[in-house]
Amino acid sequence: MSALTRRRLLGAALASAVTIGLAACGSDDDSSTGGGTAAAQSVSDADVEAALQAGGNLTVWAWEPTLTKVVAEFQKKYPKVKVNLANVGTSADQYTALQNAFQAGSGIPDVAQIEYYALPQFALQKNLKDLNAFGAASLKDQYNTGPWNSVNSGGGIYGLPMDSGPMALFYNKEVFDKYKVEVPKTWTEFLEAARTIHKADPKVYIANDTGDAGFVTSMIWQAGGKPYTVDGENVGINFADAGTQEFVKVWQTLISEKLLAPITSWSDQWFQGLANGSIASLATGAWMPANFVTSAASGSGKWRAAELPQYTAGGTASAENGGSSLAITEKAAASTLAYGFLKYANQGDGVKIRVDNGAFPATSATLNDPNWLNTEFDYFGGQKANEVFAKSAQGVVSGWTYLPVQVYSNSVFNDTVGKAYVSNTTLTDGLKAWQDQTLNYAKDQGFTVK
Amino acid sequence: MTTMVTAAQAPETDEAPTRRGKNPRTKKSIVLTLLTGIVLIYSLLPLVWLLINSTKTQDGLFTSFGLWFDDGPFAFFSNIADTLTYNDGIFLRWLGNTLLYVVIGAGGATFLAVLAGYGLAKFDFVGKKAVFAIVIGAVAVPGTALAVPTFLMFAKLGLTNTPWAVIIPSLITPFGLYLMWTFAAEAVPTEILEAARVDGSGEFRTFFRIVLPLLAPGIVTVLLFSMVATWNNYFLPLIMLRDPDWYPLTLGLNAWNAQAATAGGEAIFNLVITGSLLTIIPLLAAFLLLQRYWQSGLAAGSVKE
Amino acid sequence: MAELAVRRRRSWTGWRFVGPFMVVFALVFLAPIAYSIYLSLFKTRLIGGTSFVGLDNYQQALTDPSFWSSLGRVSLFLVVQVPIMLFIALLVALAIDSGRLHGSSFFRVTIFLPYAVPAVVAALMWGFMYGSQFGLLASINDQFGWSLPDLLSPSWILASIGNINTWEFTGYNMLIFYSALRTIPGSLYESAEIDGAGEFRKITAIKLPAIRGALVVATIFSIIGSFQLFNEPSILQQLAPNAITTDFTPNLYAYNLSFSGQQYNYSATVAIVMGIITMVIAYVVQLRGTKER
Repeated sequence: MSALTRRRLLGAALASAVTIGLAACGSDDDSSTGGGTAAAQSVSDADVEAALQAGGNLTVWAWEPTLTKVVAEFQKKYPKVKVNLANVGTSADQYTALQNAFQAGSGIPDVAQIEYYALPQFALQKNLKDLNAFGAASLKDQYNTGPWNSVNSGGGIYGLPMDSGPMALFYNKEVFDKYKVEVPKTWTEFLEAARTIHKADPKVYIANDTGDAGFVTSMIWQAGGKPYTVDGENVGINFADAGTQEFVKVWQTLISEKLLAPITSWSDQWFQGLANGSIASLATGAWMPANFVTSAASGSGKWRAAELPQYTAGGTASAENGGSSLAITEKAAASTLAYGFLKYANQGDGVKIRVDNGAFPATSATLNDPNWLNTEFDYFGGQKANEVFAKSAQGVVSGWTYLPVQVYSNSVFNDTVGKAYVSNTTLTDGLKAWQDQTLNYAKDQGFTVK
Repeated sequence: MTTMVTAAQAPETDEAPTRRGKNPRTKKSIVLTLLTGIVLIYSLLPLVWLLINSTKTQDGLFTSFGLWFDDGPFAFFSNIADTLTYNDGIFLRWLGNTLLYVVIGAGGATFLAVLAGYGLAKFDFVGKKAVFAIVIGAVAVPGTALAVPTFLMFAKLGLTNTPWAVIIPSLITPFGLYLMWTFAAEAVPTEILEAARVDGSGEFRTFFRIVLPLLAPGIVTVLLFSMVATWNNYFLPLIMLRDPDWYPLTLGLNAWNAQAATAGGEAIFNLVITGSLLTIIPLLAAFLLLQRYWQSGLAAGSVKE
Repeated sequence: MAELAVRRRRSWTGWRFVGPFMVVFALVFLAPIAYSIYLSLFKTRLIGGTSFVGLDNYQQALTDPSFWSSLGRVSLFLVVQVPIMLFIALLVALAIDSGRLHGSSFFRVTIFLPYAVPAVVAALMWGFMYGSQFGLLASINDQFGWSLPDLLSPSWILASIGNINTWEFTGYNMLIFYSALRTIPGSLYESAEIDGAGEFRKITAIKLPAIRGALVVATIFSIIGSFQLFNEPSILQQLAPNAITTDFTPNLYAYNLSFSGQQYNYSATVAIVMGIITMVIAYVVQLRGTKER
């Protein structure tokens, strides 16, 4: 009831903002950005503030649900700015739309949500503004190392981190208690737990997995693997490295012994499995709680969050899974204004609005905020789960990089590595095939392959 | 290519075009009914699933057996209410868009197909033989692969993200053209046209006054097919439209379905299912309405001769 | 070969009727195809930009194992699914047309109904049916102690897609056959009855020859449909990512080339090659379908 009323009020606020925004439409909002990709700062904070006050129109493509509220508040604060927020599709769908728009040279938004793994690809194609021009480098300390490194690519800063996904192990305590299984501290214990649970009830699995590129790369990341090397237009992949092998050892056993539910994440069967206890755990990014609450409501109270199992007993290594940034397109008509919006949403007041609505922050201030750390999650039986996540954020292994062709590469993951999940192909062979196909593509696209 | 046309125009062209009415003496067969019933059940089963599951809450969907009702609350009406009001009633906006696309797109497609089909069936003109070859040849090129070129062209014309980007491509139904061609060849007696010409009636006047009524059953069939095609059009709007305010229902439902699959996304499968059901109903109604017209159209044809 | 249209003086009058269709057709079909052919002669790279490559892309397509295996897959699909679907559609159309069904108009509406279901919804429904963990398949296995195979596994996925296509398009084809059957003049049946022909004889001697044109056309459009198979696999891919690869069908392959890999040029090439193959096969079917009379 109250939510409805509030939405109405916001709607009214938005409507009035529109009228004012239209009135201010004619004003020139874009103080020239000079060289555009120049590394030196050419637009001052004062310019940005002036652009915000002068107002104008902004088109933002994003699927992150909490942005709706951010936009409403933003327009309240800067009534002359009119933000047109469009959800043109989730993740890969939106990248398709972006690529099409770039290709056509028209219909390009000012601001786009881009996941960390896809950022290097758009940056390399010179489709995104280097935010050094706005002095974004000074914001470094405001963000956690993981997300901040993710928006840096070859010296440029191509977005401001919006959220992050330090990994944790979410587990169904009821199921673990029922089969008297301890929460695994290492991946070896995880394997044991998987066997015990599945043996006790063949309908229950410790986890689901049908092959997910993002998950595999995160797992390799946690193991300390650095299979991808990128230096400008030189790229290399080596899935024979030690970290990758650590992961392969654990996961190959899980696959071979059929200890993983053959359910694809985000399918209706998956939500069903999370809700009814037949998928007993889930290793994923810290943004997951909001999804639990809204999409697997009947699991409420049964689930808990724990630190990610370790490859080495006693370790604290972690990795990022998912997470996205907001970036400004190279052709943005109102780039200064756009930067003002980015700062508001991802560093200023917007962060609190988003966190209050269930998003997981990338800003270090929030991660150290005692109020935030002490939040009790009903879904996790009152557990202060943010403490677990914050610790994971500290433990993210440094030095990870994605390929500038990661969007393509991930799209053929299931063609290659996926075979390991449904046939006699081993993970090692699958990864090799993935490596080869990706490198072939990179070579074909003009990269120098090492 | 003309050989096919000849075949389709079938042997009875020289027959008096009387049509067979329903023979009331034909005996009904239970065995045949039961056998056809198997196909009927096959067709219905997934729809029954849809109907049953539209009575469940989001949670009920995940905790109950799919082909039977949930023990929990009977949420059919609240689902409908939620579907219509979710996100400030965007569903109704999508419904309106879909209607717009169907009325202009399918209506226009039918009109163009009828004109062209009649032209091909009853006139001899330069380049006629090439027309069908070009049409069928072009249809053979995978449409999804043409999406990018089409998108780029439309972007240059400034049509993307406008209703025209959806409507203009829907105006072409090669299959409808073919159906109208064969239908017009049979349903419009050449003598009538000759008589009209002798009377000095212009070609378009003849077309609208005399030919259109004769073509009615064929028009209804083509209209039905192109309505369904436009109503369910998914791929094209996906490429062309960016603004959810211009989405048709299919794209909107897919967006609802996909919104669970992201950080913080809210799963609303119950609304997706109820929305799907609501999406099918207008088509079903249209079909039932048109079908009546279709049958009487056929019957009228037989009476007239 | 008799030209059945009026043998009037060849004139441009017909174009006044065909013209509007062809203008729009040129805009939405011919222009993109011409543009695709143009694109297929170039190559754009992320690094290095665009260059003219002549027929290199065609050469690559002709030796591309992904392309040929996807073509093989849809060919298999074509020779199995299309005959089954058209056969069922024909049987139902004949049954309804025979007037021997109780409630025949109910049958007609209901069997056509699946065609009205949007692909997104169809995938949701069949996804549930196929679910080996909590879906209908799982329930059946539980109930009867069977172990039906996982319909979303690589070895079954083509059959599962075939089933969805059959479900969607049987009614559609049935309606085409049915409306063709309705145009048969009653006088033909009367004379057959006088000759003492039974129902079966009426079907083989009158009905099938009469709707031969509709059969040929339905076959041709089904062939085109099979070769362009896209919607069903692309939506089921979310449920069975390992079984449905990105080069599962030629169309899916072309789509992924351009949308995941931005290989617009090569994608256009694959589309053109596929179009030519489809045209040739459709032409052969059409020749054969009309020759044997």
